[in-house]
Amino acid sequence: MSSWYEASARQRIDALTDPASFEEFIGPEDREISPHLSLFDLPEQFDDGIVVGRAKLAGKPILIAAQEGRFMGGAFGEVHGAKLTGLLRAARKLNWPVLILFDTGGVRLQEANAGEMAIAEIMREVVLARSEGVAVIGLIGGRSGCFGGGGLIAGCCSALIISEQGRLSVTGPEVIETNRGAEEFDSKDRALVWRVTGGKHRYLIGAVDRFVEDSGEAFRQAAVKALSRPAKLNIAVLEAEQKRLETRLSRFGALTEARDIWSTLGLLRPEAIPALSVDAFLAEGTAKRETADDAR
Amino acid sequence: MEKLTFQFETNRIAAGNRKQAIIGVVASGNLEILLERSLPPGQCSIEIATAAHGFGPVWEAVLSDFVSRRAAGGLKISINDGGARPDTVALRLAQGVRMIEVES
Repeated sequence: MSSWYEASARQRIDALTDPASFEEFIGPEDREISPHLSLFDLPEQFDDGIVVGRAKLAGKPILIAAQEGRFMGGAFGEVHGAKLTGLLRAARKLNWPVLILFDTGGVRLQEANAGEMAIAEIMREVVLARSEGVAVIGLIGGRSGCFGGGGLIAGCCSALIISEQGRLSVTGPEVIETNRGAEEFDSKDRALVWRVTGGKHRYLIGAVDRFVEDSGEAFRQAAVKALSRPAKLNIAVLEAEQKRLETRLSRFGALTEARDIWSTLGLLRPEAIPALSVDAFLAEGTAKRETADDAR
Repeated sequence: MEKLTFQFETNRIAAGNRKQAIIGVVASGNLEILLERSLPPGQCSIEIATAAHGFGPVWEAVLSDFVSRRAAGGLKISINDGGARPDTVALRLAQGVRMIEVES
């Protein structure tokens, strides 16, 4: 079993896709690097921290993007973002599903404006692709989690798959602490960080569709299953999603501690949730969790 | 960033037929190495961009050792360095040559 958390972007693509089926677009040999980093005398990476291309998954053609969370925290810069935007446009033309392997802290501060623009363009392309029936599936389980603009893009996806190690949010723990103080949110309290942003909590409140163990094979199987579901996006789906989120807010909006949310969901021993194995957690949580289906 | 370039001559030609290989990540204490089979068989060039200035002689020692131990003839090697130690550099170079040796 290979750990998804520990793997590089390229290793994740290898673990996920059919053997020898991956073909990279704008590979490292093209040296399409960030035009901004050299201004700050910062190291560059030949693929600008994202690997994009085509492949097959269980015999079917897909497009795939994998962020490298160890290079600048997997952050979106101009080139990094443009590669994903282009991939999503190709998906719409080809009518092929897209898998996005998130591993990002958000926008790269050194190219903030270009990065913010990239997030907006990517969100727009995800929505356009989905409105034409293209599935856009996010996989979250890397060391940088999925934060900032990455969390916004994830929110637009047709399905999300997460591991216990995965974290999903917009404003990350360190940012909250910096702005509001450690009394508001102690980013060094790992248990707190995972109770709020971690995979188990995200699965229980219906923010993600599937919860898997930390391995390439588990993510692969979940991606195949996610692809078998329709991924439509229309006004009826959006209205159902609005209702779903209103219900979630009215159920849990007044609660300030994840364990109280789990207790409200009807989980009998909320304090035991973080220590449960994947199988025990799914057995305990799946029947009682909030639905994640935006089209119910 | 400091940019360094080294040229080596060798009679040990890189095996296999893959056109290129990439290994490693630009992160603290790590580096990425792109190997491309694009030079005449007896040559090996290595370009480095590094944030750690003033280590030219150390790079030269590690790279000379690499070229004498491994079959790197014909390879153009490009390195983005995030401050990797010499042992990490040697390990990644060995991994990179191993990757490009695999028949595609």
